[in-house]
Amino acid sequence: MIHWRPPLALVAAWLGLLALLALTVTLAYLPLGAFNLVVALGIGATKAAIVAALFMELWHRGARMLVFATAGLFWLSILLWLGLMDFMTRT
Amino acid sequence: MPEGRAFAPQFASARHRDETAELGMWVFIATEILLFGGLVLGYFVYRHAYPDAFVAASKRTDILIGTANTAVLLTSSFLVACAVNALQTNARVVCVALLAGAIALGSLFIGLKAIEYANEYRERLIPGVDFAFGGSLANGVQLFFVFYFVATLLHALHMLIGIGVLGALALLLRKSSNTRRRTALHSAALYWHFVDVVWIFLFALIYLPGRSGG
Repeated sequence: MIHWRPPLALVAAWLGLLALLALTVTLAYLPLGAFNLVVALGIGATKAAIVAALFMELWHRGARMLVFATAGLFWLSILLWLGLMDFMTRT
Repeated sequence: MPEGRAFAPQFASARHRDETAELGMWVFIATEILLFGGLVLGYFVYRHAYPDAFVAASKRTDILIGTANTAVLLTSSFLVACAVNALQTNARVVCVALLAGAIALGSLFIGLKAIEYANEYRERLIPGVDFAFGGSLANGVQLFFVFYFVATLLHALHMLIGIGVLGALALLLRKSSNTRRRTALHSAALYWHFVDVVWIFLFALIYLPGRSGG
């Protein structure tokens, strides 16, 4: 009685996420200096975007839902930006 | 709510109710982002102050369990997204089975995390309980592990709540489904995916630094 099949978009997202995980672990072992952190956070942000767009269905949502969904990121950026500005520039 | 009504009186339609629930979940997730954001701010402040110690401490974490747990959590998120899709296409039995799979993977994550904590206790890496790390980097390493335990324990608490919510919904959906339960599952799924996203960043901050250098 199993007529249901997983949507291709979800399967592709899952495989993509696992591939990005393998990539980020591999790249972590390469000596890139300060870029190791940039690469790790960049791939992390890509994975988060895939989860938000496809698993959390934001890809299919309108502007109003996107405003609510990105409000948290907006406040987070204020927190990190103003919070770190002092420490990063203190000599 | 009285029987026979599909939605509460403040809503114009079931669709109106569903969209309100989804907006509400995103507002809740925004507060959660700021909860974990405060921890991440602390991480960057102390990583900036003790760069060498954070790299040295990071090397002491278990990359094998960390990577396995990330794969486990990503897969559980995939199963939950599939469960939502299955219920929308009226494949209720499949949906319950997928939820059971996601709960099993969530429990596996907690189990692996417990093994990791036990190993760290044996290696005397738990600040305030039993911490021994020699050398000049000890202070910074201790700060890293304070962040590590607070952040991963807070994340594990979210996982336990998520497992409980998914379990309750799986039990309800095993009996029958309606539009209210479908909306409830959608909200629970958003929460589960958010907890997954938090782990994606914790993994990058905790496990990955310091793997390349000698």
